Amino acid sequence: MQEFLDSLITQGYFAGVPRDVVYAAGMAVFAAVVVLGFVLNVSGVTTWLERRVWARMQGRCGPNRVGPQGFLQWLADGVKLFMKEDLIPAEADSRLFRLAPYIVVLGFLTAFVVIPFSSALIIADLNVGIVFVTAVTSLVVVGILMAGWASNNKWSLIGGVRAAAQIVSYEIPAGLSIMPIVLLTGTLSMQGIIAQQGWAPQNWFVFNNPFTFLAFFIFFTSALAEGNRTPFDLPEAESELVAGFVTEYTGVRYLLFFLAEWGNLYIIGAVITTLFLGGWQIPPVTDNAVLRALLEFLTFFIKSYFWVLVAMWVRATLPRVRVDQLMSVCWKYLVPLSFANLLGTAAWVVAWPQGNVVARYAMTLVGVALLYYFFQRVAFHLRRARVRERGELQFSPLS
Amino acid sequence: MKRNGYLRNIADVCLTTFDGMAVTFSHLLRRPSTIQYPDRIPIRVQDTLPFRYRGILEVDVEICTGCLACERACPIDCIAIDAEKDKQTREMVLRRFDIDMAKCMYCGLCSEPCPTGAIHHTPEFEGADFSLESLVRHFVTAPVSAYKVKKTGETDPALLDLLDRGTRYVDEFASPETKAPAPAEKPALAKAAG
Repeated sequence: MQEFLDSLITQGYFAGVPRDVVYAAGMAVFAAVVVLGFVLNVSGVTTWLERRVWARMQGRCGPNRVGPQGFLQWLADGVKLFMKEDLIPAEADSRLFRLAPYIVVLGFLTAFVVIPFSSALIIADLNVGIVFVTAVTSLVVVGILMAGWASNNKWSLIGGVRAAAQIVSYEIPAGLSIMPIVLLTGTLSMQGIIAQQGWAPQNWFVFNNPFTFLAFFIFFTSALAEGNRTPFDLPEAESELVAGFVTEYTGVRYLLFFLAEWGNLYIIGAVITTLFLGGWQIPPVTDNAVLRALLEFLTFFIKSYFWVLVAMWVRATLPRVRVDQLMSVCWKYLVPLSFANLLGTAAWVVAWPQGNVVARYAMTLVGVALLYYFFQRVAFHLRRARVRERGELQFSPLS
Repeated sequence: MKRNGYLRNIADVCLTTFDGMAVTFSHLLRRPSTIQYPDRIPIRVQDTLPFRYRGILEVDVEICTGCLACERACPIDCIAIDAEKDKQTREMVLRRFDIDMAKCMYCGLCSEPCPTGAIHHTPEFEGADFSLESLVRHFVTAPVSAYKVKKTGETDPALLDLLDRGTRYVDEFASPETKAPAPAEKPALAKAAG
């Protein structure tokens, strides 16, 4: 980003303007492009895709009327929510009530500042990048707690307090699972972490050693809990709390909460891709800078969006945990395990400062074997279903 | 490693989640079992429903005895019947038989006491309309004389079919599980009655 602006300045485009102003303006323009052109569309399409994937996993069709296969459903929903009446309960603390959604959205949008879409495409490569992400996504909990309190409603309050307890607890295993990567790379910058990985799976940090492999799963679980996703969606558990902290919200404010929720999924995917899955690294196929940037962007997008799909898939699979189970999973299982991971990685780095190639290939083989066994199980369940459903009425999915 | 131990819990979580994810993924590759509502399946949905499905109410006025049992049974008074005895012919004459489907809650209590099974639910469920008035169903347009049970048994073939259907409907309601009442219960009932 900075080099690009520097090249423009040396070509004499912004004569007479202070350099810092150019940087600030460039950053603002780029941020607006990222937000309007990327974040809103991605979280919008995610709402449609989630409903669709979720429905298919439950044997339903899902929304398939607006546009081809219902693809424009998210636009219809958005327009509908914009036209809804904006209600503020009489007993609510109206100022806080109005402020809360913006804080939630602020918390999640700020995280996009350090998301490395490609080697050149990043708003700001902060030297504390990964800590910055954990810090600003914690701002979401302030908004949620504010929404829960200001609604002046028991459900909202319980939802808000649950969210606070949950996010604060799960920050610890999430943070402790980031640390092994920081130990391996010696940097907190997002681009720095990606630069030390390769495009091939055996050079990704997830397969670096057994401890990072475990840290990967712990991080994904904690990230789901931080994003208030099933099986940890207790703050908005509809069977207990109606809609939790969003109970009293309508129209655009309601929309903002869900924008943040689905946008957060992409951030989880992006952080996982950066830390464990090699980020935008691609094999050296082309020297063309534009083509390369495009390929890197696509690689990063596909890798991170895959984890959004996995979050939907988990939502369709696992039931919601109880509050006590939520806390015991965090404090009795994830925190000790991630701490053991941290110590293990530290010992590993001491033992093999240059990395252990044998362990890398072994862990990659383990990963491939797990995937192979997984698809074996899928094929087994499909075969069993075919035997069971033989002779029963089958409907076409597209009719 | 003891049952319900710490490591056992971790292993259980990993294994069950792994297989659960495989099950849901296999569902993603299957066809959905439902279709979007206004779409149709090759056969009418109404034909796949059971005989006693409680859809929109219908009355076979030809075999209605005018006994008003359904009107009394209805908990929300959505059935309105005008029936009176003709002085000359000593027959029940039905002048009005209206059912307000807007009020009906499909409880089926009206079809239970019907002696001939004249009032019954159909498998039709698509009752949406643009006005409340059009939801009131009028089964009698001109006064008709009510059906009278003949001691010798019905001979009119048109009515016979309706009566067969009606009795089957009432019988199935009395014993939905078994087609015929269990033989062991009969003597006990007779003793209690005597």
